[in-house]
Amino acid sequence: MSDSLPNSPDPESLQAAAEEALSQELAVLRGASAPAAASSAAGAEDEPRVESEVWRRVLLARHPQRPTALDWIGLLCGDFAELHGDRRFGDDPAMVAGMAEFRGRQVLILGQQRGRDVKDKIRRNFGMAKPEGYRKAMRLMRLAEKFHRPILSLIDTQGAYPGVDAEERGQAEAIAWNLREMARLRVPVVATVVGEGGSGGALGIGMGNRVLMLENAMYSVISPEGCASIMWRDAEKKEIAAAALKLTAAELLALDLVDEVVPEPPGGAHTDPKAAAQMLGDALERALVGMENLSGADLQAQRCARFRGLGHFYQEAPAR
Amino acid sequence: MTWFRRENKPLPSVPEKRVRTEGLWVKCDGCRRILWKKDLAENQELCTHCGFHFRISARRRLELLLDDGRFTERDASLESTDPLEFTDVKPYRDRLRKAREATGGRDAIITGEGKLGGQPVILCVMEYGFIGGSLGAVVGEKITRAIERAETARCPLIIISASGGARMMEGAVSLMQMGKIAAQLMLLDQAGVPFISVLTDPTTGGVTASYAMLGDLNIAEPGALIGFAGPRVIEQTIRQKLPEGFQRSEFLLEHGMLDAVVPRQEMREYLIRALAFLRAQPAAPPRAATQSA
Repeated sequence: MSDSLPNSPDPESLQAAAEEALSQELAVLRGASAPAAASSAAGAEDEPRVESEVWRRVLLARHPQRPTALDWIGLLCGDFAELHGDRRFGDDPAMVAGMAEFRGRQVLILGQQRGRDVKDKIRRNFGMAKPEGYRKAMRLMRLAEKFHRPILSLIDTQGAYPGVDAEERGQAEAIAWNLREMARLRVPVVATVVGEGGSGGALGIGMGNRVLMLENAMYSVISPEGCASIMWRDAEKKEIAAAALKLTAAELLALDLVDEVVPEPPGGAHTDPKAAAQMLGDALERALVGMENLSGADLQAQRCARFRGLGHFYQEAPAR
Repeated sequence: MTWFRRENKPLPSVPEKRVRTEGLWVKCDGCRRILWKKDLAENQELCTHCGFHFRISARRRLELLLDDGRFTERDASLESTDPLEFTDVKPYRDRLRKAREATGGRDAIITGEGKLGGQPVILCVMEYGFIGGSLGAVVGEKITRAIERAETARCPLIIISASGGARMMEGAVSLMQMGKIAAQLMLLDQAGVPFISVLTDPTTGGVTASYAMLGDLNIAEPGALIGFAGPRVIEQTIRQKLPEGFQRSEFLLEHGMLDAVVPRQEMREYLIRALAFLRAQPAAPPRAATQSA
């Protein structure tokens, strides 16, 4: 990939180091949960196991070797030509977008880019986009609409950047604008949560006709750490918070919030990125084929109807 | 046998002569002066010294704003079904019950119809006292229905926000309400029906990042905290103290995010003025024929 840095360590050793770190963290977590299980009543013995299962997926979603948006683009598409800038303020490296050829179609593909090594991560602000990133994304989605090109959006962010400059330039407005204007688009939009789907910053490019989620991705209103520090006043309760938030692909599918869960190779997408991209590509192609005969107005109406139905978790209160 | 015996009934103790003052006075967060609550109530909950805007309940807001304070409420009986069966240090269901008792409402918003200077309007007013005015499935559904009614009746919509953002206890369900409402606002926009967003203290997180910033006009009360991320989150990110006035209404006005900052005592007249300009187009353009911008 064009942006890999010359002095980056070779992928093999990085992967080995990451695996090592992950297994160590897992060991620590298992160690931490074991005494808790022992000290609690016999009936509660199962609980820590369920939580570690959720936490295992959180770690996979954030795995340092998990393919980034640019990796996915390279694996899924040919002839990628990146497009830059919001024509207002600047070019946000945390959001990438461009023209690409996907299985015989011209598409616009975009996503948050986390960065691959330390230097790249800093340059890309760890995939936390600023207002100019969201405005760039919307500008290019409008461009795709003008030329009747479908849009593929890859979500992978802890969230939109919470900083002074982002607030000054209207982070909230930029996301709000995208939510409304993506709903208006008259071309097919398929959004996929490929890694971490962090709150409004994820939804800001997530208004798809179809919303897919990779098997080990997560999608949540707040990070487990953030939730733990607010609700438990203790960030160390992140595992419990992760389980309470119901942020895994299977749980979101059960809540009717995503339309399809895309399987990953055993062990996660990073163990076999090619196979993972094959499965994701198949799902994306199916989604696009399913929308082939819809008019612009149909596509807009379908997308609005999809979101209209989300979160049917209310009832008429019984009379008091 | 005791040596002494009390012959008479004990003397009635004189009740301590005290004037009850608890709850009669409040301290102004703006100028730190002490205010008599009655003065405050008569002054639209504005400090009589410095004009500081106290937070007010959704009901009080409606009283202050609408013609004769008259309001027809809709969808008042909707309540959350706790989709995640969420429990932190206490169950979400208990939090809901407590909030219902405290506010008398079933969730963090009141929606319905009233009149402003004789002009019918559809209003949604958020209740900050209900779990921080957070946006969950019920708030999302009630606003969505209000938008649909506004579109059908071609009646102006006003949403008055006061919220800490999405409701954590409903997880991704609450996150998706942002998209649900924004998509519905797109249809309202396409139909040419006016929408005014009024931001009050505080409006942050997922509420700012969806409908609160999508008004044809975005107007705010003075001194309201308005932002995407909360100040504490930003301080943790940048590890610096934030400057005075950061993320306040005046800051947003200066940075071009608001159309106007309007004091509470002028809000009603301002809205009437704005509605005279923002008239719904007489005939709805057919949706299919509308070209997107």
